[in-house]
Amino acid sequence: MSATTTVPPVAPADSRITLRGHLRHTGALVRRNLLWIKQDPESMFDALLMPVVFTLLFVFVFGGSIGQALGGGQDQYVQYVIPGMLAMMSMTMSQGVGTGFSQDFNSGVMDRFRSLPIGRGSVLFAKLAVELGRMLFATAVLMVVAVLVGFDITSWPGLFATVGLATLFASSIMWVFLTLGVVMKSAQSVQAMGFLVLFPLQFGSSIFAPTKSMPGWLQAFTDYNPLSTLADAARGLMVGGPVAHDLWVTVGWSVAITAVMAPVAIHKFRTKT
Amino acid sequence: MVFPMTRIDENPGGGRSAVSVRGMVKHYGETKALDGVDLEVREGTVMGVLGPNGAGKTTLVRILSTLITPDAGEALVAGYDVVRQPRQLRRVIGLTGQYASVDEKLPGWENLYMIGRLLDLSRKDARARADELLERFSLTEAAKRPASTYSGGMRRRLDLAASMIGRPQVLFLDEPTTGLDPRTRNEVWDEVKAMVGEGVTVLLTTQYMEEAEQLASELTVVDRGKVIAGGRIEELKAKVGGRTLRVRPIDPLQLEPLATTLDELGITGLATTTVDHQTGTLLVPVLSDEQLTAVVGAVTARGITISSIVTELPSLDEVFLSLTGHRASAPQDATPADSREEVAV
Repeated sequence: MSATTTVPPVAPADSRITLRGHLRHTGALVRRNLLWIKQDPESMFDALLMPVVFTLLFVFVFGGSIGQALGGGQDQYVQYVIPGMLAMMSMTMSQGVGTGFSQDFNSGVMDRFRSLPIGRGSVLFAKLAVELGRMLFATAVLMVVAVLVGFDITSWPGLFATVGLATLFASSIMWVFLTLGVVMKSAQSVQAMGFLVLFPLQFGSSIFAPTKSMPGWLQAFTDYNPLSTLADAARGLMVGGPVAHDLWVTVGWSVAITAVMAPVAIHKFRTKT
Repeated sequence: MVFPMTRIDENPGGGRSAVSVRGMVKHYGETKALDGVDLEVREGTVMGVLGPNGAGKTTLVRILSTLITPDAGEALVAGYDVVRQPRQLRRVIGLTGQYASVDEKLPGWENLYMIGRLLDLSRKDARARADELLERFSLTEAAKRPASTYSGGMRRRLDLAASMIGRPQVLFLDEPTTGLDPRTRNEVWDEVKAMVGEGVTVLLTTQYMEEAEQLASELTVVDRGKVIAGGRIEELKAKVGGRTLRVRPIDPLQLEPLATTLDELGITGLATTTVDHQTGTLLVPVLSDEQLTAVVGAVTARGITISSIVTELPSLDEVFLSLTGHRASAPQDATPADSREEVAV
């Protein structure tokens, strides 16, 4: 047996991908995801309708009675619930990233991506970027509806700070759902899992109603539930009130979740067979 | 009887290896998908990897295209190590998987443009390359339609085009025509032949002897994760020796009597004579030219008028039977004889 002679390498010996390379790859994949939306505009319906439906429901169904409890009326409730809605929207919209990704995995195109000389993170970052865009769109819709039902933004810088905070939090949650999307076999199971996690977090929080009347143990939970703290921070920033505790708890959660889940998601994606 | 593998690198003037695999092992729990595979593909040639489902063909391709890592053994593709230099390697390969690996929601052009950008072509070059390859694979008219509206053959062609964007040195085709109808399959074969004409080295997996013969110059036969034979197609065919005669009497009622006559002659080849009622033909496996002549003689002696008589290559099943003494492991693969899709059993 003769020694194997091989074709001399023609590609550059240094194979590291530059930052520009990463941006180019992520950009190409963002374009792909945007083309999906163009191809199937109905996929934007949830981002368009959810804020409208939920706001109208909560304001007109619970607005009167909870508003009274707050010492006012429906107007008072609008001021209370809109920041909560914003927090809820950032969480709910994050879920889509997992279901979409799981579907993507069942198509052969992932094999092609994985056989191309691109960073493994690019596929995930692109998905994240597009879903954050969808979340911001939903947030914009929410704010328009909010103003129509009488929401009074007392601080515009506060509004922008809130959107920034919600984006930070949403991106951390998206890493969780990206991981689920990579690990779980079907889009349905990702959805079911998401529901299981989201439901208690949403209702065991200060999103829809003040927590004062809740039992002590639940209040202890809601005080550190990131959805509560995000909602309360949003209230403080947009309408006025104390912010510090809620802001830091939310930032803490977001950073911690991202620090743990982003590497997990990328690792799972890299080693998926 | 098992034939010793002909080492390709022992061939005088064998050329340089574009793919070189040594002792490749991959286990999935108890299943040995690959159990010590050695393989050499010379630069600029087409290597066919023939075997039934579950033989380890796809696992091999997935390792060579860096989608999974081997448990043991090593492999070089265009000089790059699959484990240690995956990023360099990815730059010089093209992959067309068993199932079309294109984004079905995107138009054909967008699929190719995207891959161009992912391969670091400039926007201008990516656009030009997408146009050029759509033209080349006769997809220009369908460029703006989502790939989901494409026929099976168009999708495979788009897939091949996508694999060619980066002008790969080595192309992996994993069962490129599985699930296609015969006409579409011929289209794909023509495209593959054209690519080979451009000097690409191809490693192709297939379940069909006919496909291997059409496209490959050398063949590696795998079964249950092991290489059981290899060499030039002609050599291998000579070793296997079997062919199948497909005889069609004008009167279908003559099928059974003819089968009886041939049975009495004792011509059994590698398998037994079978009647294919669907197509009104008789399948007669023969081992030699003498046997072929004897069959023709018997048909004439019986005074049966026939409308056609065709020689077909041995089916995968016959190759296996001949090389290993047992039938192909996966039962569902025992049926398709080379290309004819309507072989009744």
